[in-house]
Amino acid sequence: MSKINYLPGKEPHPSETRRIFRNVDREGYNPSIECFIEDGGYKLLADALKKQPSEIIDEVKKSGLRGRGGAGFPTGVKWTFIPRGNTKPVYLICNCDESEPGTFKDRFVVHQDPHQLIEGMIISCFAVGAHFGVVYMREEFPEAAKIMQKALDDAKSKNFLGKDILGSGFDLEIILHRGAGAYICGEETSLINSIEGLRPYPRIKPPFFPAAIGLYGCPTIVNNVESLCQVRQVMEMGGEVFAQTGAPRSPGTRIIGVSGDVKRPGYYEVVSGSITFGELLNDLCGGPKEGRSFKAIIPGGSSSKVMRCDAQLKAANGSPMSVFDIALDLDSIAAHGSMSGSGGVIVMDDSRSMPKVLNNLNRFYAWESCGQCTPCREGNPWMLKLTNRMLSGNAAPGDVDLLKDVADQICGKTVCAFGEACAWPTQAFIAKFREEFVALTEPINALKPHSDEARAARQFLGRED
Amino acid sequence: MSTTSTILPKDEAAAQGELNVQINGTWHRFAPGTRIADACNTVGAHVPCFCYHPKLAIAGSCRMCLVEQGMPPRLAPGQEPSYDAQGYQPLQWMPRAIIACANTVSENMGIRTTGNITAEARRGVLEFLLSNHPLDCPICDQAGECKLQEYSSDYGSGTSRFQEEKTKKGKNIDLGPRVNLDQERCVLCHRCVRFMRDIVGEEVLGAVGRGSNCAISCYPGLKLDSNYSLNTVDLCPVGALTSKDFRFKMRVWFLKSTPSIDVNCGTGSNISIWSREQEIYRLTPRQNDQVNSCWMPDSHRLNYKYINAEERILNPTVRTDIGAPQRESTWDACLKLSAEQLQKCEASKTAIIVSARMTNEELYLVRALAKQLGIKEIASVSRKGKSDGMLISADGNPNTTGEQMIIAEKATALEGICSGIKSGRITALLALGEDITAEAGLSADNIKNLDYLLTLAHSKNGTTELADVTLPGVTFAEKYGTMINVTGRIQRLNQAIEPIGNSRDDWSILRDLIILLGSEDEKLAALKSARDLVTIMADEFAAMAGLTWGSIGNDGKAIISTGVTIPLIEREQASK
Repeated sequence: MSKINYLPGKEPHPSETRRIFRNVDREGYNPSIECFIEDGGYKLLADALKKQPSEIIDEVKKSGLRGRGGAGFPTGVKWTFIPRGNTKPVYLICNCDESEPGTFKDRFVVHQDPHQLIEGMIISCFAVGAHFGVVYMREEFPEAAKIMQKALDDAKSKNFLGKDILGSGFDLEIILHRGAGAYICGEETSLINSIEGLRPYPRIKPPFFPAAIGLYGCPTIVNNVESLCQVRQVMEMGGEVFAQTGAPRSPGTRIIGVSGDVKRPGYYEVVSGSITFGELLNDLCGGPKEGRSFKAIIPGGSSSKVMRCDAQLKAANGSPMSVFDIALDLDSIAAHGSMSGSGGVIVMDDSRSMPKVLNNLNRFYAWESCGQCTPCREGNPWMLKLTNRMLSGNAAPGDVDLLKDVADQICGKTVCAFGEACAWPTQAFIAKFREEFVALTEPINALKPHSDEARAARQFLGRED
Repeated sequence: MSTTSTILPKDEAAAQGELNVQINGTWHRFAPGTRIADACNTVGAHVPCFCYHPKLAIAGSCRMCLVEQGMPPRLAPGQEPSYDAQGYQPLQWMPRAIIACANTVSENMGIRTTGNITAEARRGVLEFLLSNHPLDCPICDQAGECKLQEYSSDYGSGTSRFQEEKTKKGKNIDLGPRVNLDQERCVLCHRCVRFMRDIVGEEVLGAVGRGSNCAISCYPGLKLDSNYSLNTVDLCPVGALTSKDFRFKMRVWFLKSTPSIDVNCGTGSNISIWSREQEIYRLTPRQNDQVNSCWMPDSHRLNYKYINAEERILNPTVRTDIGAPQRESTWDACLKLSAEQLQKCEASKTAIIVSARMTNEELYLVRALAKQLGIKEIASVSRKGKSDGMLISADGNPNTTGEQMIIAEKATALEGICSGIKSGRITALLALGEDITAEAGLSADNIKNLDYLLTLAHSKNGTTELADVTLPGVTFAEKYGTMINVTGRIQRLNQAIEPIGNSRDDWSILRDLIILLGSEDEKLAALKSARDLVTIMADEFAAMAGLTWGSIGNDGKAIISTGVTIPLIEREQASK
């Protein structure tokens, strides 16, 4: 199995660097433990178990690895947030609740290469001193759950899990926990509540973060699937080497999932910052569909702010640039007002109506709001109803401002980051495509009642003035 | 403090175990661990809250308490902090509001409850809360004591920008035997859920649905039928949970609230009596962290209907001859007749049964009456039951401790009096505040053995039917007085309404009787109110030394150590 061949039509682009996705759609590869071991798997684990846990943490810190779930928090730093002198058990949870619209990277790992994740997770558990790990898998991955359960059972039968792993004296149990189909469970504290059997309401933080008070009140580390796989890469390459590849403040490879209006949508694993959006969309993805041109890009999952393709941007040195010149790394995208998030790039061409796209996103967030805190619970349906009204031609120009106001009223005032996740799309779509929203409105609509309640309110509560 | 001084405010505060916090421009000191919301409220900077309740776990979900926070700038390595003329570090104000309920104060923290960030946050949250609210205040029972109403008036915008169709949820839902739910009015603060889960320990309530369709509900197959369920109605900041007993009876702004105590058991939960004119409409718990925290049992809360019931005795009644029917009389005639008749009774053949449901003042006068008549046999009826492990005491009498202090040294066994009545040894009986046909264990036939029976009661009962003289006293809501609960805390009853009909305050009936029987006690004759008796008793009973009506206060005072504790308070204090 030395030479790697990929299935026909799934061959990587020359610009790609396959590390995490090395075995995805690989010819002759299957998710069994035998296949993984034959390919050299679990050797890194044996090496890691000979080290001190602190050495592994140092190595990960040195690597500069940043979390791949969306927020991009440095993984090694997160691990050190476990309180000093902690006497409680430490838990490590793998967040496999990949539910951000536009994101589809973790699913390939858990479907096709589960042992890669398990090995990364065991090494991480060893590093943070966890003897109990949980793979939290979303409801919508039924096949992956079967594959993962078998992989965990196989790993245990070969003593990669269980008591005294490979004679190192380190004990670890990893269980698979399945969600019930809620987007909010991707938020780490609601994920923890979900495991505890509670309603998955996010917990308030500050003052307490999961690394201090998490699952069952014990220090808990929650890492994304890709992050844990990257830990394995760090162990393989060494922290310093890892840190040298890719953009300086976000090293390593990134898996970009491109969906929408391109010729070749799909996953691409590239070294962070090595290519630009232009190269990604035009070269790797084959450019826009026939006769179309790119209009907008959502760069990192549905909650990241949309970018307008014809926007005039300024580079750090002041020279003009376009969206297509932005390099694909965390900081470059953040510098231009959006975020790299989960790596799910959604592309829209000139056939798309932006209000309709926003309406679609609003419907998702209104449906997925957990209902715990007021701004998100009440604001999301309001935004949905406003965009519904715009699409049906019943909105007035003032409603566009109102829509933005509602989003502003949610943003920054909620328990969890869902507030930003749902407000950013609305804020960005209106800021960048305002004319499309206004074009759907009629001033006369401001004088009409738009619901039975509003009609009754006018009749009975209105003032004659 | 001058700039030259070396002692900084932070050191001064630290020496006292406190922290400096600037609230709306003024520096204050608070103990570490104080919640920002509490800190602000204690200095008059009001922080509105829906979900926060000091006795419940923090939820932090309503977002109503958002305030602007400032902290000293983070120092670069090696950088020395700078101080202003007063010795405080400059504040850097955060652009993002924080919740005041979940966060605690820290040294040199700044909080602004005024200003744009806070005002906008509050206005926004209220607009959201009202967007799917039915706005049915005119038919809502909570109107007048609704936090949503109050905050909307204080911080809301006055008009609505919401033109869409509202989310429809369940109305008039029967949550349990005493509580109704309107899901549309609910602000989902989860106070009721947390109360049932954490305080009562019965997980009955939870939330179902998500997003805008999120609503409070009982778990399938369960009912909110706990004996503490009505506390959820008190906790509910809006009109979502309403009491089936109280709803639609009276607008709350017409009601007067009088602080008093619950007389249904030895705990003596602190309550407010809500009355209008001569009628009681509801009882609600009043916070006292030594007695009942913020709660009370439903069974006690709803036990007020006898006050305005038909069974109340409105006039003194007498039986002028053996076998004659009882007829109504006037106080003067009745008391005079009673005094004459009592003087004819042979003291050795006369006994008194008192009640540990009477106030200390009444019991004191009963003792004086016994002394005046030379009666040696005096006993009370005990009501021993089981504690519910929460607030209901094993002692069914509210003033056993007081009764023991005042009467006990002279008391004889109730059984002795009962057997005396049965055997004919005792021929005259004064049944004061007790229906002797009930718990005392005497039958109507036994009572017919008596030559003379005088009773003091507020409502018709088995004893008043047979009594030769019935003196109509009043219920706890109509009188002043003190009682000592099972833990030894003396607490006050306050008069919420005037005595019903021609009934009279029990202490004054007893006092008049004592004087008619020939007492020459001038202090007694000069008494104007039961409240003054506290001072007289303070001279006599060591436990009450130095007490006055005023010094007892609305929270009461622990005066005797009985070793008895209240389970719920134990738990609450242990969890601190």
